[in-house]
Amino acid sequence: MKEFLIEKFLFASSIFSIIVVTLIFLLLFSQGILGFREISIIDFLFGQTWQPTSLVKAEFGTVPLVYGTAVVTSIAMAISVPVGIAIAVYIAEIANPIEKEILKPIVELLAGVPSVVYGFFALVTLATWIQQLTGTNSRLNALNGGLILAIMVIPTIVSLAEDAISSVPREYREGSMALGASKWETIKNVTVPSAAPGILAAVLLGFGRAVGETMAVLMATGNAAVVNFNILDSVRTMTATIVIETPEVAFGSLHYHALFGVALLLFLITFVFNYMAGVIMRRYGRTGR
Amino acid sequence: MPVKIETKDLTVSFGDVDAIKNVSMEIFTNRVTAIIGPSGCGKSTLIKSFNRMNDLVSNVKITGQVLLDGENIYGTNYDVVTLRKKVGMIFQKPNPFPKSIYDNVAYGPRIHGIHKKEILDKIVEENLKKAALWHEVSDRLNSSAMDLSGGQQQRLCIARALAVEPEVILMDEPCSALDPIATAKIEGLIRTLSRDYTIVVVTHNMQQAARVSDYTAFLYLGKLIEYGLTKDVFENPQNDLTEKYLTGKFG
Repeated sequence: MKEFLIEKFLFASSIFSIIVVTLIFLLLFSQGILGFREISIIDFLFGQTWQPTSLVKAEFGTVPLVYGTAVVTSIAMAISVPVGIAIAVYIAEIANPIEKEILKPIVELLAGVPSVVYGFFALVTLATWIQQLTGTNSRLNALNGGLILAIMVIPTIVSLAEDAISSVPREYREGSMALGASKWETIKNVTVPSAAPGILAAVLLGFGRAVGETMAVLMATGNAAVVNFNILDSVRTMTATIVIETPEVAFGSLHYHALFGVALLLFLITFVFNYMAGVIMRRYGRTGR
Repeated sequence: MPVKIETKDLTVSFGDVDAIKNVSMEIFTNRVTAIIGPSGCGKSTLIKSFNRMNDLVSNVKITGQVLLDGENIYGTNYDVVTLRKKVGMIFQKPNPFPKSIYDNVAYGPRIHGIHKKEILDKIVEENLKKAALWHEVSDRLNSSAMDLSGGQQQRLCIARALAVEPEVILMDEPCSALDPIATAKIEGLIRTLSRDYTIVVVTHNMQQAARVSDYTAFLYLGKLIEYGLTKDVFENPQNDLTEKYLTGKFG
């Protein structure tokens, strides 16, 4: 009887989380779809201008927002993936026990710092450094946002990738060393490839954090919804747009629904990335290439 | 009889515990030497000192000498990579890498600088044949080694070890995770391979030692109690402890 109850409780919990996610999606979908009675999907996806409050002609093109998110996330991932994996390899495979004792808690601490603190640092300090180095006019820009985001994502990647690398069976390392491979060759050819699925999961979680991060990028990027293809210009991400505009929008208006549309788009982008990663993992996970 | 490996007063300790105490023995070229003894008697530690795998343990201390072809492998200028190329190892649990069958066998040669595809193809085929696995896998070299059965995985590990052209093969209880049929195959393989390689096999299965080995060493609490021709050790043990162990009075 007790067994039965525990089983049902666990089942209910897992169902609950699925239901919540489904309901969130349905809310986004039902509210977002309403906007498309007036905005054409083509204009929404490929329109170059996001000007929802213009009195002359309100425009709801998400290209500048998607661009903003894409450029900031790309910078963040380009830095955090190699650096994060390198740190994870160091902690898992090379660091002596004392270094490990010190490094691991620091990384975990960094993961727990509130994003507004990072945002503040980017706004006040990092932006000044970048301006001094590059002489850019816009203090707050995509590079600033990308860098602070990289710093925020690194602990996530390190923490999970380190777990993945540490849980590679000792037998694999021994097998490689016994064939005359050096420690570095073993790490490069056996340990890291064997941990690849876990590392990929770490990268994905980091990606999810980067795409979804709001406060820090809001504070760091300058929030101009323009596409200049210059990382030293201001950009505005999808998340920042939602945060900036939602409090001021008339409930049920076209603009309101358009913001739900942006959220829906964000949701779909992360979903597609996760799905693709799943496919890659299934296809290459077992032969390690 | 040519000697391949010779230990002189070998003592291996982990922290304060001596796992191997003053072992001196000779291992003969192209013969199968079995090391038997109860669990925890230092069998694995002993063979792991032949390819310096004990070095991977942080608090290990080794005194005495291990000579391979007369050269001390613990000498200051002895290269561990060269040593491990010459002395291959098979582990208790089959440990193929999560790569394709082909890449598993080609791993060692690649590490040691062979990258030409034709040469690798040849090495892979040759060594899978030596390990009696070729006809079972020749049509699926690119599928994952993890899909093989336990016995096949162990033969793949043997092929992988052979691919770097070792002279000695150490086997640390190679059949303990396998079923009787797979065990029989590995044992047959050990006999065949002993024509070209010096083989040292650790086992806690006395029948296995009797079946596959030419020489048998009995180890107890880190000490070498008895060592000689397998036939002599089994039929006419000189030491009381050996006899008790062989007759199952302790183990």
